[in-house]
Order: sequence, then C-alpha cells, then structure tokens
Amino acid sequence: MSVLVDEDTRVVVQGITGGEGKFHTEQMLEYGTNVVAGAVPGKGGQEVAGVPVFDTVQGAAREADANAAVVFVPPAFAADACFEALDAKGIDLVVAITEGIPTQDMSRVYRKLQETDTHLVGPNCPGVITPGVAKLGILPGNIFSSGNVGLVSRSGTLTYQVVDNLTNRGIGQSTAIGIGGDPIIGTDFIGALEQFEADPDTHAVVMCGEIGGEDEEEAARYIGEHMDTPVAGFIAGRTAPPGKRMGHAGAIVSGSGTGTAQSKITALEDNGVPVGDTPEEVADHVEDLL
Amino acid sequence: MRLHEYQAKQVFADAGIPTPASQLAETVDEAVDAAEEIGYPVAIKAQVHVGGRGKAGGIKLVESKEEAREAAEDIIGMDLKGYHVSKVLVEEAVDFVNELYVGVTMDRNEGRPVAMVSTKGGVNIEEVAEEDPDAIAREHIDPAFGMHPFQARKVVYEAGVDREVANDVASVLTTLYQLWDDRDGADTEINPLMITADNEVIAADAVMNIDGDALFRQPEIAEMGEEAAEGDELEQKADEYGFDYVRLDGNVGIIGNGAGLVMTTLDLVDYYGGEPANFLDVGGGAKADRIANALDMVFSDENVDSVVFNIFGGITRGDEVANGINQALEQFDEIPKPVTVRLAGTNAEEGMEILNEDLVTVEHTLEDAVQRAVEYAKEVEA
Repeated sequence: MSVLVDEDTRVVVQGITGGEGKFHTEQMLEYGTNVVAGAVPGKGGQEVAGVPVFDTVQGAAREADANAAVVFVPPAFAADACFEALDAKGIDLVVAITEGIPTQDMSRVYRKLQETDTHLVGPNCPGVITPGVAKLGILPGNIFSSGNVGLVSRSGTLTYQVVDNLTNRGIGQSTAIGIGGDPIIGTDFIGALEQFEADPDTHAVVMCGEIGGEDEEEAARYIGEHMDTPVAGFIAGRTAPPGKRMGHAGAIVSGSGTGTAQSKITALEDNGVPVGDTPEEVADHVEDLL
Repeated sequence: MRLHEYQAKQVFADAGIPTPASQLAETVDEAVDAAEEIGYPVAIKAQVHVGGRGKAGGIKLVESKEEAREAAEDIIGMDLKGYHVSKVLVEEAVDFVNELYVGVTMDRNEGRPVAMVSTKGGVNIEEVAEEDPDAIAREHIDPAFGMHPFQARKVVYEAGVDREVANDVASVLTTLYQLWDDRDGADTEINPLMITADNEVIAADAVMNIDGDALFRQPEIAEMGEEAAEGDELEQKADEYGFDYVRLDGNVGIIGNGAGLVMTTLDLVDYYGGEPANFLDVGGGAKADRIANALDMVFSDENVDSVVFNIFGGITRGDEVANGINQALEQFDEIPKPVTVRLAGTNAEEGMEILNEDLVTVEHTLEDAVQRAVEYAKEVEA
C-alpha cells in the first residue's frame, strides 16, 4: 500500500529541541505519525511534545525501537547528524530536511551511503508521506489523500501543487517522496522509481523534475528499460537562463548547456513518459494512465 | 560564490602555486606605475566575472608606458558585457611554449570530486569537453581518502603532458585539490597553466568558485566575496532581504514560495504568452513583512507591468501572506502595477477573505492567476 513509510515506521527526530524540530514533531504527531523519540546531544532525559529525548540516535533506536530518523539539525551540523543516523543499528530510513548543507559534506555522506543498506531521502527536501498513515518531514498532511499514485519530486511546493490537482479529481496517493533540491542527494529519481515499481499498490507514478544535473535523463532511461508501472512527468525551469541558480542549489543550467528542461522533457517523452505543460495537464495524463 | 582573478591568484600563490608577477590597480596612474615596475611586456586585465574577457576587449597586452596608459584608459571604467570595470590586474606577460588546463570540480552525478587535466589549455574548456571529450583526462577522487599522489600523476600522464614537466604539473594539481578541499571549492581551475621554454609551470589565470553554503566556515573567503560582489541593484537588494532572486527580461513580476513552484509559475507565464520579469522565492514560512518586502522589490523593477503572487502554503500561512499584501498596498494612493493573487494550502480560505479586493485581483487556480497577470501586462503595454 506504500513505500518507505508505513504503520511500522517508528520515528526519532534529530534536533527535536530546536524551533523547527519541535513544531514539526507536533505536526507529525497530529497527523498520526509514530514519533517515538528525539535525539539531541546533552538533552537526554527531557521530553518534547510528550516524546522522550535521547542523547544519541543509537540510544533512541535501542531504547525506543526507532527505525527511521528525521533530521532537523542546522546546516553546519547536519552532515554529522546524517552520519550518526546511517551508523545507528536499527535505523533503515533517514529523511534529511535541512537546507544549506555544504556540498563537500554531502559528498562524504553520499560516500558512506554506498556502504550501507539504509535509505537516505534528502537533504533539502519536504520529506516522505504515506497519506492517512504517517508523514516524516514538513509536508502539509491535509492536501494529501490515500490512493494508488506514487509521487516523486525535487521540489516541496511543486509537489503540493501537483498533489492538489490530483486530490481535487479524487486521485489519491500511495506515497509521496520529496527527494530534495540539492546537487548531491541520497535517494534519487531512480531510487524512488524502483520503490514504486516494486509496490503492487502503486498503479501510476508522477515524477516532477527540474533543471540541473542529469538525474531526470537517467531516470527516463530507467523507466524505458525497467518499468511496467506507467509514469507521467513534469519539468520545471523551461524559462531559466543558463548560469543562474534558480532557488535550489541544484537547479542550474550549466554554462555549457547541460541540465536544460528541454533535454529532460525529450528524454522522458522518448521513453514513453507523457510530460505536462501545466500541473493540470499532469493530472490529465495521470487520469489517462490509470 | 566566485572570486575575482586577482583574489584567486593570491590564494593560489599563498598555497605555493607559481603565478606571474602582478599588481592590482584602480586608476590609470596606478596601472601605469605597476606596468613600469613589473617591466614590459605586461597584460592589463579587467577584473569582472565575464567569460571571453579577451575577445570583448577586457585584456590588452602592452609593450610600453604609452601603450599601458592607453590600455588602462580604455579598460578602467569600461562596460564589459554589462559589467562596470573598476579594477584591473597588471601582470607580467609570460612567454610560453604550451598551455594546459588543470581543474577540480564536484561531479554531481557521481557525488564526488573529479580532477581534470588537458593539453588543450588556453581555450574555452567547455567547448573542448563538447567537441573532443577525450582531450580531457579525468580522475574521480574518493572523498573519504582525498587525492592519492598516484592519482595526480595518473591523470597528468593520461592527459599526455610531457614527462619533463609532468611532476611539476602533478604538484600544482595536488595543491589545487588541497585548496578545493580546504576552502570548500565548487570549481577551481587554472586555464591556462603555462609551460615556458625552461619547463617552468605558471598559473596564468585562476578561477575559484566557492560553495555559498559553506561560507559560514570560510570567513576569509566570505570577506573576499563581499569585495567581489557585482550584479545589478535589484539583485543586491534581494541579497539584503535574503530572497532567492533572479532578474529576467520580461514584464510580468513573479513572487512565490519554493523554488520548483516559482520556476513553474515563470514557465506558465511564458506558456500563456507572457514574459517573466523575475524569479523571486520568498522561502518557507514567510511572514507579513517579508511579503511586503518582496512586493516592494518587484515594484521597483521598472520593467514590471503586472505582478502575480502564487503561494502554496505548507509552513507558509495564507492569512500572513494576505496581511502582508494588504499592508504593502495600503500605503499607496494608487496601486503602481496590477497585482493578481492566488493562495492555496494552509489558511488559504482565511487569506482570501482578508485580501482587499479593491487593491488586488484574486484568482483560485494557478492557471487562472497566471493568465490574468499576463492579460494585465499586455493591457499596460498596449
């Protein structure tokens, strides 16, 4: 019925005592997420929003049976927080919300990730939600509805827009994954698509990409070669000039012209993925695919 | 964040990479004095972030005091592809027999750094990469180990660099990688790395782009960056306000939250026949005063004829946004440019009730809001 997040997900929030960490812990609890622990060095023994705080992620995993970590730690310390979560026995999913982590730090985290079976989603992402079950991150739960369409996106608010278009037509979602807008991220489009392809209850997938890098092109080839589940696409940044960073650290068309919206749209269409010109058109395509 | 050539050269020289003798000058007299001191021939180079400076007249080679004065007069104060030149680097002209390219950058697709060397230096390396990719040797670096000495040698030999200078080039590359690593480099490159008849290696240009997200731990570089800051007035104002902002050529001003959604709004303006004037992301959780600042920014762009607000609230609340828009507009006797607003998500209903419809046009879908804003822009134009 979902990927990555389900009824058995037990969350530890890293940075739970900070403003963002506390606010979103409350929001996650309100949505029904099983938040079982917080982890903040030196704050062990405290409680935030009724949730016990531990000094280490390993402590939270051992004492509170946490199996997923959400990172709300400031950028200067966030890579270390990711390492700690990747290192902790029992944690098999890490969702890093933090925006502004230095790229070289993420390069080292990415290197560590290759040695583990743990999934990392983000950083600089809105998180993961399985509607009606749980959300890990900052996504507004009320716009989502339970159903059979998987969604993967590099952008938060664009995800909300597309979900809104789907929900308004009565099309629910199995799981939505915000993979993040940074140049180096954990789970990429292919990683998310593999999850959806393996989920019998995901009947179609929406993939929202944007300018920068070649992740969408690689995902397009993966879809053409390996996926039976149909996919509809959207690419943001058609009007972006080269050499200008459009908000996200990763959203930049290079001076030599790689990473353009057109290259991504062409790659998707060549692999049988209909690409909408507007979010409303994406919803049209999904309706056709179902 | 990109350093100027003179700053990057200073960083390189401090780390032990050989660079030509040079002096920075801000006036014609300073430039002439520097040329006299260094000895001819010298190159006079505009210090602005513009590709192809030489072709555009921003670099001149001079042989005498008279020529130095003439060149400095031409270059200082000139407009180089839209950038005002206020500083020149006066530099010893190196007599070379070969030009190499040496660079270190982050390969985002691989998630790790890559060192690159080519014997086709002195030309636009992106064109080389396109036309003759095999002319650039590449070696990926494992960030857990850093660059092994053998990797520096390997990529230099693979590129086909002469054995006589290979060790010295490898040593420059090793230092360059170390700088990239220590200083949170995004791209660092030397193009060209000149080889003289005596087999000396000299960095004749220097590029250093630093990861803006790492400036909190690079105070020296951050200070240089403030000195190097250039761009138009509105982009600098956006920095002050803390907005992600990019100025474009059109007349429909765009304000939204979240990079992907703002890009999408730009794309839709184009799709419905309009031209976007800017990208402006107010970020997550924007309060009323931030919204008012955003509106002030877009109003102060004289190209803007019509403004569209597109907010999808997650942590941003529709009522806060609406209050900000009202506050910003109520101070005008007459609204300077028509404003179209679309609110969705958290507290959007409350927000739409708060909005003063005497001051703004409210639309309920993204598509309708963009089309309305494009119509307004066309009416103003006509």
